[in-house]
Amino acid sequence: MNEKEDRLQRLTAVRPRLVSFALMHLRDRSQAEDAVQEAMMSAIEKSENFAGRSGYETWVFGILKYKILDAMRAQKRHGRWQPLEDEADDDAIDRQFQRDGRWQEDARPSRWGEPEAAFENEHFWQVFDACMIALPENAARVFSLRELMGLSTADICRELDIKENNCWVILHRARLRLRACIEKGWLKEDTA
Amino acid sequence: MMMCKEATRLMSLRQDRPLTFQERLSLRLHLSMCSACRECDRQFTLLHEAGRRYHPEHDDAEQDDDGH
Repeated sequence: MNEKEDRLQRLTAVRPRLVSFALMHLRDRSQAEDAVQEAMMSAIEKSENFAGRSGYETWVFGILKYKILDAMRAQKRHGRWQPLEDEADDDAIDRQFQRDGRWQEDARPSRWGEPEAAFENEHFWQVFDACMIALPENAARVFSLRELMGLSTADICRELDIKENNCWVILHRARLRLRACIEKGWLKEDTA
Repeated sequence: MMMCKEATRLMSLRQDRPLTFQERLSLRLHLSMCSACRECDRQFTLLHEAGRRYHPEHDDAEQDDDGH
């Protein structure tokens, strides 16, 4: 098989992962598909730019990142986002703590076991994806940019035009929501 | 005395920036006394790691520099 065919095959194989990655950020199936489409086109067109220092899939993900950021900027420009300063969605967090700041009895975190075991568990990733989708939109955007895309909070603030402090507040809430959701969906079901 | 909710704020923060000496100290003190928060701290770290595993880019990304 020649190199071109090999790459096309690898692109096809990685496509579902690209779509689900884009979906986490854009939260819109057709926009996610569009971003992936553009990334794949540009990967094919600029195939000779691939230096082979990292894996081919890694290189394609790198292209997709820029397409996602473009699409996010467009979403924001077109007023498709809730105001990022909106902090009215605090209930789900407050339910995890008592009034004095201690954990609620039924929200106390339990042991998840070794990270490696979780990462090798298909069900963990299903729950992770489901819990990401269940996050409020802004929390999901900021969390995805920080943890999935690996941007610094300073970069995220520049990208989304919010204060860094606001970013940390959103991330704190996103993590608390995610941990509660994952614990419920993964651990409890796994031991049942 | 720092309570659990505030402790989780610091646990989250340290995934995003280095804590100040004072923050580190009060978090460490709280964690030494609170097993639920120790689990939460592990969970936040696992979430951070899960994000890095989500796509192949992170396989050869720069090393985690926050020491956990």
